[in-house]
Amino acid sequence: MSVQLFIELAGLVAAFLLIYGLKRMSSPVTAHGGILLAGIGMLVVILASWVHVLDVPPAAQSGLAIKIVLAIVALALGLGWAAWTGRRVAITAMPQMVALYNGMGGGAAAAIAAAELIGGTSMGGVHWVVTLLGASIGSISLSGSVVAWAKLDGRLGTPWRVRGQHWLNGGVLAALVAFGAGVLATQSGAGMAVLAILFFVAALGLGVLATLPIGGADMPVVISLYNAFTGLAVGLDGFVIGNPVLMIAGMVVGSAGTLLTLLMARAMNRSVSNVLFSNFGEIDTTSAGTISGRLKPAEASDAAIAMRYAGKVIIAPGYGLAAAQAQQKLYEFVKLLQAAGVEVKFAIHPVAGRMPGHMDVLLAEAGVPYDLLYELDEINEEFADTDIALVIGANDVVNPSARTEKSSPIYGMPILNVDRAHQIYVIKRGQGKGYAGVENALFYADNCNMVYGDAQAVLAQMVQAIKALGEAAPQEQAA
Amino acid sequence: MDAQLAIGGVIALYIFLLAVFTGYEVISRVPAILHTPLMSGSNFVHGIVVVGSLYALLDATSILGVVVGFFGVLLGAANVAGAYVVTERMLQMFKPSDRKPR
Repeated sequence: MSVQLFIELAGLVAAFLLIYGLKRMSSPVTAHGGILLAGIGMLVVILASWVHVLDVPPAAQSGLAIKIVLAIVALALGLGWAAWTGRRVAITAMPQMVALYNGMGGGAAAAIAAAELIGGTSMGGVHWVVTLLGASIGSISLSGSVVAWAKLDGRLGTPWRVRGQHWLNGGVLAALVAFGAGVLATQSGAGMAVLAILFFVAALGLGVLATLPIGGADMPVVISLYNAFTGLAVGLDGFVIGNPVLMIAGMVVGSAGTLLTLLMARAMNRSVSNVLFSNFGEIDTTSAGTISGRLKPAEASDAAIAMRYAGKVIIAPGYGLAAAQAQQKLYEFVKLLQAAGVEVKFAIHPVAGRMPGHMDVLLAEAGVPYDLLYELDEINEEFADTDIALVIGANDVVNPSARTEKSSPIYGMPILNVDRAHQIYVIKRGQGKGYAGVENALFYADNCNMVYGDAQAVLAQMVQAIKALGEAAPQEQAA
Repeated sequence: MDAQLAIGGVIALYIFLLAVFTGYEVISRVPAILHTPLMSGSNFVHGIVVVGSLYALLDATSILGVVVGFFGVLLGAANVAGAYVVTERMLQMFKPSDRKPR
């Protein structure tokens, strides 16, 4: 069997395993097996590609031993560093690490295209165009993802905006196209090298400029978009180097990532173009409507006991829960309620957490079974016959103004109908406003009580209150 | 890259077309609960880029080509390993409530 055929067949097996694995990842029951299958596929194709050592073209034979050593070093360093950081990162910091790894993939895709520009003088016109496309998309994904990582990791401050931002970005994009056309026209020599360098600089700059103005709340959509970008760049690279596995895997991610981006944006009531080209957070917040009623503080123990004797409790967690590291305590409390025969469900808003689905992962980490987690559409009808809704560290996603207040910046965003429950308890750190800077009418509603304090401490008191009750109960029976 | 299987422009478009539909179909019915792991999972799948980088490094004919290829393999390896570890960590946490609550 020829070397080439062996690699192609291994690639076929890998392509099947990657796609089938991704398919299994789309249901919670089979998801873990899915990533294992995809991992096996990836291992097969990486190992098989080493056989290419036997089949290196004659022009590249010189120094092959050194190149093999360098490849092993690069693989060891890259795998080692990423496996180490990936294992250590906290689940709360997951979004920015996904962005960082994705940016590196974009960088690798850009490198493949750059290598092609360096070595491939005998390419046809289509090849040149596709190579340049792959190079620019990969570069934008690299620099954009790194900016996204730095922002979510708190290494960059407030969104950076200048007057005429769109014109600046448009100018850089025009320069990018012009440099690309220059590379295409010259195709070789020192002039081409200079133009190619300018081309990469413009692409990297565009990624930075396009990402800097975007606010933290919109960042997940951007990360998902760059994920699709990297996939697209990898697919185009696959065409350039004539490798079908890269073409298939890259394009599958390109389209899956695009769809995922649209789904996330829809869940957040934002359009992708809105995210990229408008500046969220610069809305006049002084025009917020008048809110009647008053805030009614409650004791943690009272809230706990009320829930202990309720028939049905729905919990609406927000990022404040994870910020206080209180997921474990919450689940401990939930288990006590379940043991007392209370029906408990979690209502997960699509944007609870730092990215869609992030809250599910954070709760799963604490051991909460996924069949207790319900999406907005599944559970919103149920609030009306729920005795108690418990809101923890969430604000904007339960703000009824989103339904009624046309002047509100969150108007139109789908919210959890927590206000329809018979009784509402809100655990909140202080009297501050939410991410969008809007007052929350829910907190002033007649059936709502506020439990102020750190979520971890409040939940500990609530657990304590129920346990004390449990200890008292047998004595009552004995008496 | 003349040693590779030649894939003509139109055949490439066929492959791209089918891959785009496949990606769309695979993702279209995913519940919101899995959005984050799935994004990470697809991040892992495009880590296949490390294979292309490996070819670029091994087939390089100049010092510059070797340097670019080296960084390609380094970044690609980080992509594939990081995304795998993170995705696996997230997904192994998802458990159904088979054990009755105590």
